[in-house]
Amino acid sequence: MSQTEPPERAEAAPAEDRRRPDGPAIKVENVYKVFGRRGKDAVRRLKDGDSRDQVSSLGVAAVIDAAFQVEQGEIFVVMGLSGSGKSTLIRMLNGLNDSTDGQVTVFGSNVVGQQKTELRRIRREHLSMVFQHFALLPHRTVIDNVAYGLEIQGVSKTERLERAAHWINKVGLGGWENHFPDELSGGMKQRVGLARAFAADTDILLMDEAFSALDPLIRREMQEQLKDLQQELGKTIVFITHDLNEAMFLGDRIAVMRDGKIVQVGTPNDILTDPANDYVAQFVQDVDRARVLSAADVMERPQAVVAANAGPRAALRTMRDLQTSASFVTSRDRKLLGVVFAADVLRLVRKGADTLEGALHPTPAFVAEDQLIVNVLEMAVDSPLPVAVVDAEERLVGVVPRVTLLAALASTTPETDQVDIIVPPDPVSTADINAALEATADSGEVSR
Amino acid sequence: MDMDWMRLPIGEWAEVVVDWMTTYLDGLFSVLRSIFDGMNEGLVWVFMTPPFWVIILAIAVISFFAKGWKLAVGTIIGLLVIVSVDQWENAMNSLSLVLVATIIALVIAIPLGILASKSDIASRIIRPVLDFMQTMPAFVYLIPAIVIFRVGVVPGIVATIIFAMAPAVRLTELGIRGVDKEVVEAGYAFGSKSGRILRQIQLPLAMPSIMAGINQVIMLALSMVVIAGMAGAGGLGQDVYSAVQRIDIKLGAESGLAVVIIAMILDRITGGFGNRKRKATGPRKVAAADSTETTASVPAKTA
Ligand SMILES: Nc1ncnc2c1ncn2[C@@H]1O[C@H](COP(=O)(O)OP(=O)(O)O)[C@@H](O)[C@H]1O
Ligand SMILES: [Mg+2]
Repeated sequence: MSQTEPPERAEAAPAEDRRRPDGPAIKVENVYKVFGRRGKDAVRRLKDGDSRDQVSSLGVAAVIDAAFQVEQGEIFVVMGLSGSGKSTLIRMLNGLNDSTDGQVTVFGSNVVGQQKTELRRIRREHLSMVFQHFALLPHRTVIDNVAYGLEIQGVSKTERLERAAHWINKVGLGGWENHFPDELSGGMKQRVGLARAFAADTDILLMDEAFSALDPLIRREMQEQLKDLQQELGKTIVFITHDLNEAMFLGDRIAVMRDGKIVQVGTPNDILTDPANDYVAQFVQDVDRARVLSAADVMERPQAVVAANAGPRAALRTMRDLQTSASFVTSRDRKLLGVVFAADVLRLVRKGADTLEGALHPTPAFVAEDQLIVNVLEMAVDSPLPVAVVDAEERLVGVVPRVTLLAALASTTPETDQVDIIVPPDPVSTADINAALEATADSGEVSR
Repeated sequence: MDMDWMRLPIGEWAEVVVDWMTTYLDGLFSVLRSIFDGMNEGLVWVFMTPPFWVIILAIAVISFFAKGWKLAVGTIIGLLVIVSVDQWENAMNSLSLVLVATIIALVIAIPLGILASKSDIASRIIRPVLDFMQTMPAFVYLIPAIVIFRVGVVPGIVATIIFAMAPAVRLTELGIRGVDKEVVEAGYAFGSKSGRILRQIQLPLAMPSIMAGINQVIMLALSMVVIAGMAGAGGLGQDVYSAVQRIDIKLGAESGLAVVIIAMILDRITGGFGNRKRKATGPRKVAAADSTETTASVPAKTA
């Protein structure tokens, strides 16, 4: 979001590191939740291989044999249709629902069957929550809402108000401190919810459909803000959603749930390109791939690349061999310098020039590797060359030809091992190139 | 036809129960008797010691804070009417009785309502008992009450408590159960204790409902004033009762009017406190859009 301040790593990091033990933030092992008085019996039968429907007389099996770990500092998304057990699962992480069977540990502390006092301690120290319908205290002002977690933790009034004010500013609600929730719009209310969770200063945030009640534009804005905050603070976030695009945008890893079972856990790319079964495949069918895949996900190895110091003759030969009429030019340390076209290089060769400088053009289209391909599309349309992909040091790491781009969007396997440069029909014939190379050949160089 | 053989001896059972209570719980009852009596005496003393206009002003001030100056003016006029028909003393006696009965009813009813809201079993037990207490003709309570507490103001107070407390239990339960589940859950999620959640979240949010319950308790208690008068409680009730016996239209109209005036004032005051807006927080601005930069003046409707 535009208002978000630049990262304050230096300030945030030490406070965060102080309490965090090593190891995963959350560990879930073979967890079951069956609502109903005979839950234990139902679990026994589920373990013997009975299906959810077969045990329905004993209770509602909301979560069946869930197992995963959430690593510190990642956004772990749980995705699935309504009724698939997502809320039940996330509520077992902080013990709002007790598990019928299995283990849940949060930073090494057992949650299942835990004593009330210990459970409250775990919640206060490690877990805060953001709710779908905000769950703000309507009789309290914005600042008192945001300070609520700290109040429960026993932080003194002046300190908690100070910290709450900081977070209110951080989420862009400065000036609204003394207003009541019913004076705010939905998006603003959820910003308060977010500020309340962040202000509690726990390591883990649980977010159950936190943005689902917001309209799409606001939702997008909130997703971006959450991502920014997460990157800045390194919080561990468990995020529930039924919206695949949201899952793909936010998740470092995604667990897909169906009828109480986790059917796949993987990175967004895994889920998209290698769905574990037909269910997941169908689920991801209508994802907006352009907003999920990044340039790095779809790029290919650049072929037409010449080193600037190799000179025009080498460049011309490379282009002839690859049957292309243009090539990227990189420096000795693989930094992208620009592009050259065969016709220009041919002229240089005929003139006997020994550097490519005279023919170098700026790269018409290049993107950073983490750019979403929605942003690559536009460039690809305008550019005669494939879009170059560069890393943080401006090194050329790949290219995205139009074919690849289209293939990625259509989710078919691209077949582009041939040409990776698409330019209007070759303006320079191979014969011309050969002749020029022949004519200017000197001792060491042999041409065919 | 002789139906004696199928007659259920319910009346006899009630007698046995009351007999047993007077024999074995006499100590408890005399303690209760002196407590209720003492509270009532105390309140009567408070209302009767200062000159009437001091009390009128005090009630007017409370009215002002509950609802504003209109109610305050109305209160003053109404109470002056009572004074002018020479029912002030009776009115203060009745007011004491109503307040004492209401306070005791609430001390019992609100915790019961909380219990009923927390436990489905408690709720299922309490509900029919309340229905019974409220629908049984109020006179009926007088009989055992007089037997147990002897003639005077206390049987009136006790009968009033039993008859009037049901709405407070019900509306407390309803109010707490009606608090948004997600908000209560937020309390638990941040690690709060359930007692603290009750105090900080559930009771404040149930307050409008609880106040409505309190209002109804007071109204029901006032409706018991006449019946209490029959048990020797004095006050307006006694005058209404003797007016009925003597077919005294003048006395009946005056004492009856005094009851209505007290009822209206108490109703408006408790209603006022129930709906009172939270204190203003400077110029109210309402978010028009989600964008944090805009603060237009159109209230937002969010889905
Ligand atoms: N408290 C409850 N008692 C009984 N059944 C429940 C309860 N909570 C959830 N369920 C059932 O468990 C299943 C999963 O629900 P939930 O976890 O809310 O799914 P989701 O959040 O994915 O929509 C549903 O079939 C739901 O009806
Ligand atoms: Mg849900």
